[in-house]
Amino acid sequence: MKLLTHNMLTSKAIKQVNTGYPLLIEARDVKVSEVEFNPEFIAKIIPKVDWDCLRRAAEQLGHLDKIPASVPDTYENQQEFLKQAHHVLLEIELINGDLVCPESNRKFPVTDGIPN
Amino acid sequence: MKLKELESHLQEVEGFEEPKILLEQYPTRPHIAACMIHTIASSFDDIENRSILDLGCGCGMLSIGCVMLGAGSVVGVDIDPDALDTCQQNLEDFEMDNVDLINASVEEAGLLFRNKFDVVVMNPPFGTKHNKGLDMKFLETALKLASRSVYSLHKTSTRDHVLKKAQSWGAKPQVVAELRYDLPATYKHHTKASVDINVDFIRFAVS
Repeated sequence: MKLLTHNMLTSKAIKQVNTGYPLLIEARDVKVSEVEFNPEFIAKIIPKVDWDCLRRAAEQLGHLDKIPASVPDTYENQQEFLKQAHHVLLEIELINGDLVCPESNRKFPVTDGIPN
Repeated sequence: MKLKELESHLQEVEGFEEPKILLEQYPTRPHIAACMIHTIASSFDDIENRSILDLGCGCGMLSIGCVMLGAGSVVGVDIDPDALDTCQQNLEDFEMDNVDLINASVEEAGLLFRNKFDVVVMNPPFGTKHNKGLDMKFLETALKLASRSVYSLHKTSTRDHVLKKAQSWGAKPQVVAELRYDLPATYKHHTKASVDINVDFIRFAVS
C-alpha cells in the first residue's frame, strides 16, 4: 500500500467514527521500489495531498528523512521537490502491518500490501 | 497504444481461479475491457495522468488496461480477498507498480476515502444472483467517489432505469456504446456454451 493511498483513507465506515483520519500506521514490513516518475501527475495531485499526514505516515514507516518539510509555492516547476514527493508517495510501500483508527483504535491489517 | 495491441495484452490477464457464484464473478472480456479503456482514453481523455478507482476490480482487467494507457494512479477495490490475490499476481506478471489494492465492500468503499478520484471505472455485478439492485449500489457509490466521470457497464434491458436514477443523483449520463457481452459457461449450472447479453457502456459525467 502506497502512502498516496494511505493519505486518502479514513475509517468512517466504522459506526460512530466522526473523522477517522488520519489512520495511524504500525509497520512491520516496508518495501521501497522504483516507480516511473511522472512529474505531470505528481504536480496534479500535490494539492490533494495532506502534507502533514504524509510526513507522519513517512515517519511511522521509518522514512522521514526523504520527505521535505512543506510544499514550496512554485512546486510545479521544482523538479527536485517533485522527485522527492514522487518517492514518498509512490515508492515507499507498507507490505505488512496495521492501520489504526484514531478514534476507535480498531485495527485494519495490511497483508501483502493489501489493507482489509 | 492501439486498440488491438491493448486487447492482445489484456488477453494475458489471468481470470478467477474459482469464481464465486454469489459474488457474480466474471472476468471482463479482454475485447470489451480494451474497447472501454481505449474509448475512455481517446474520446474523453480520462485515463492519462488521471487518478482512477476500479470499483469491484476482481482480477484487475480494467485496472491493468488503465495503467497500459497511462493512468496516473489506480486503486482497485474488491470484496473478495481471493480475487485480489489473483489481481496482485496479474500486476506482478505485468510488472505494474502504480496500482494499490484494497479489500472492502462497495458500502465501505463509499466511506473509505477523504478525497475523490478523477475517474471511476467499473464492471459491476448485474444483480442476477440474489443481488438485485447491486449494480445501482455500485453506481451510487461510484458517483460519490468521482470528481470527473464514472464509466460502467449495465444491462441494456435496464437502460431507462439506470439513466433516470443517475440523473436523480445529479449525474449526466451518456450511452457511449451498446455492446454484446458474451459470457462463456463459467459455472456448472450454465448449460449453453456461451450466452450473449446486451450491455450498455455508459459514461456518467459528474462535473
